[in-house]
Amino acid sequence: MRKLLRSPKIVIGLCLSGAFVVLAIVGPLVAPYSPNASSSTTSGTPMPPSAAHWLGTTQVQQDVLSQLLAGGRSTILVSLVAGAVATVLAVLFGVSAGYLGGYGDDLLSMVANVFLVLPALPLLIVIFGFIGRGANPNDVLIGAIIAITGWAFGARQLRAQTLSMRARDFVDSARIIGERKWRIMAFEILPNLVPVVATSFLFTVIYGVGTYTALSFLGVISLSHWSWGTMLYWAQNAQAAQQVRLEWWWFVPPGLAVGLFGTGLALLNFGIDEYVNPRLRAAGLTGRRARRAGLPRRPRLGLTAVLPAGVTAAAAAAAAGRPAAAMDGGAVSAVSATAGGVIPGSAVAGPPVTDPVLPDEVQQ
Amino acid sequence: MRMIARRIGLYVITAIVAITVNFFIPRLMPGNPALAVIGRVQASESTQAINALELQYGVQTKTGIWGQYVHYWNQILHGNLGTSLNSYPASVGSLIRAALPWTIGLVGTATVISFILGTLIGIIAAWRRGSWLDNVLPAMTFFQAAPYFFVAILAVALFATKLGWFPQSLGYDTATLNPGLNWAFISNVLDHAVLPALTIVLASVAGWTIGMRNMMITTMDEDYVLIAQAKGLPKRQVISYAARNALLPNVAGFSLAIGFIVSGALLTEIVFSYPGIGYLLITAIGSDDYPLLQGIFLIITFAVLLANLLADFVYAFLDPRTRQEA
Repeated sequence: MRKLLRSPKIVIGLCLSGAFVVLAIVGPLVAPYSPNASSSTTSGTPMPPSAAHWLGTTQVQQDVLSQLLAGGRSTILVSLVAGAVATVLAVLFGVSAGYLGGYGDDLLSMVANVFLVLPALPLLIVIFGFIGRGANPNDVLIGAIIAITGWAFGARQLRAQTLSMRARDFVDSARIIGERKWRIMAFEILPNLVPVVATSFLFTVIYGVGTYTALSFLGVISLSHWSWGTMLYWAQNAQAAQQVRLEWWWFVPPGLAVGLFGTGLALLNFGIDEYVNPRLRAAGLTGRRARRAGLPRRPRLGLTAVLPAGVTAAAAAAAAGRPAAAMDGGAVSAVSATAGGVIPGSAVAGPPVTDPVLPDEVQQ
Repeated sequence: MRMIARRIGLYVITAIVAITVNFFIPRLMPGNPALAVIGRVQASESTQAINALELQYGVQTKTGIWGQYVHYWNQILHGNLGTSLNSYPASVGSLIRAALPWTIGLVGTATVISFILGTLIGIIAAWRRGSWLDNVLPAMTFFQAAPYFFVAILAVALFATKLGWFPQSLGYDTATLNPGLNWAFISNVLDHAVLPALTIVLASVAGWTIGMRNMMITTMDEDYVLIAQAKGLPKRQVISYAARNALLPNVAGFSLAIGFIVSGALLTEIVFSYPGIGYLLITAIGSDDYPLLQGIFLIITFAVLLANLLADFVYAFLDPRTRQEA
C-alpha cells in the first residue's frame, strides 16, 4: 500500500478526487448563499467576481459559487452511486461469466456486448425524457439508472481476468475439496481481481460524472435540481460564451470542476494500471536525469545496457538522491516482489516483468 | 469469416433490443407520459394526428400489448418512425434525413482525424518513453475527462468570441447563403465546420493516444522487434514493425469508443447550434417531442452499429488470423 502511495499519479489523483468528495460533503454547509437566491431582481446582466460573490453571479444574480457547491454534492453523489452499482453488476456478470463458462458464459457475454455497443447517452435521454422534467429527481435513482448503461465494460475486463484465473492451482484445489461455486468465485477469485475491480469502479465513476453532466446540460433532468450540468445548461441558454463581454465566471467553474474531478480519478486509474503493469511506466530515469547522471543514451528496446562500473554507481547514487527516480526503481522491484502475492502468477500484469533497461536493475 | 458473422449476429440482436426497449419505455413509465402530451396537443392537432399518436403509444386502443408490438415492428420495418409533434406534419424520418448529412460529415471527418493523429502521437510517445511527451499525457487526460461540450464552450469563447477567427454558430451563413453546389456555399460550410471538428478531435484524441502508447510499449518488448533492431534496420522500419502490430487492439477498441464519441459530438453540435442530429435532439427535448426523441435514438443506434461493422471489416482485413479461424 505504501508503495502504491509513492506513485505521483496516485498521490495527485487521490488528492484531487478526495478534495472534491470533501467539498461535496461540506460544500452546501459553507456555501455563502442559497443556490436559488437572487441578490437583486432588477439587474439582468451577470456580474463578474467580486468580494460579495467570489465567482460572480448568473443572469438572475444567483451566486455561482453557491451553485457550484450545491451542484457538486449532487454530481458527485450521482457518479459515486453509478460507479458502485455498475461495479456490482460488472462483478456479478463478469466473474460468473468467466468462471461458469459454456452456455452461461455465452449468454452473459452476449448481454454485456449488447450493452457495450448500444449508445448509452441517447438511450438515457429517452428514459429520462419519459420520466419527465416535472418529477423531483432523486440522486440515488439517477445514479442507478446511469449504472445500467455503464457496467458492461468492466464486466468484459473482469471476465477476461477470471478466465485466466480459473485454471490456476489454487482454484483447482478449492474445487477439489468441494467448495461451492459461489464461494470459489467470491472468496478465491474475487480477492485476486481487486485491482481490476478498482479500475472498473473508477472508470464508471468518470463515466457517471460525464453522463450526468451531459444529461443535465441537455435539460432532460429537472432544471431546478442543481448540478454542474444544470449550471452549464443555464450558461449555454444565456449564450454566456457568445457574449462580447465573455461571462467566463459562469461556465468555466462547473466545467473545470467536472474535468478536474475526472482527471483526478483517471490519474488514480493510470496509477493502478502502472502498479499492476509496470511496463506502462515511463522507464526508470527520464532522459534528462540519465544525461545529468552521465549515462550514455539508453537503448530504446530490451537490450541490457552494458555500463562501466563507475557510471552505474553514479547513476545509483543519483537515483537514490532524487526521490522521484528512486520511486520508479523502488516500485518496480516492489511489484516484482509482490506480484506473486497480490496477483498469483501476475495474471493481470501479463508476462513476468523484465525491463532490463532500468539502470537500477543493472545494479542488482 | 466466422468472426464477421458473429459480430453481425450481435448487431442484429442489439438492434432488436434497441427497438424493443424503445417500444416498452413509454409503456413502463408510471402514468403513461404520452397521455400528457396527447392532452397538450389535443387542442392544436388534427384528429388524425392524435389517432396516430394514440396508436404509437398504446393509448385507448383495443389491441393487446403483443398486437401493439407487432404493429410497431411493422412500422419500423417500413421505415416509419412516426410524426413529429413539434413540427407537425413533418415526419420524424424527414427531419432526421435533413439533419443526418451534417452530423455524418462532421463527426466522421473528426473521428478519422482524431484516430490517425492519436495513433501517431501514441507511437511517438511509446518510442520516446520518458521524454516530455509523458508529461503531456495527463494534460490530455483533462480534455478526455472534461465533457466534450465544455471543451466546445471554451473553444467558442476563445476562438470565436474573443479572437473572432471562426464563426460562433450554425452550419453555414443562413442569412446570406442558400445551400447549393457552389464554392461560396461550400467554403462557408467548411469555415463553420473547422471549430466543431477541432473540438471533437481535441476531446477524443487522448483516448487513442493512451491506448496506442500502452499497446506499443507492450509490443516493443517482443522478440521480433528486438531482432529488427539487432539486425540494424533503420529506426523507421523498426517502429513500423511494432506499430503495425500494436494497431490491432486500437482498431478493436474503435467499437467501444464510437458510441461515446457520437454522443459527445451531438453535445458539441448543440453548443455550436450546428444543424445536425444533436441540435434536433435538443429541440426534441425542449418540446417533449417523444416520437422525434425515440426516432433519433434508433437512428443513432443503427449508425453506431454500422460504424462498428465497418471497423470489424477493417480489423478482419488487417489481421489475417481472424480470417483463417473459420
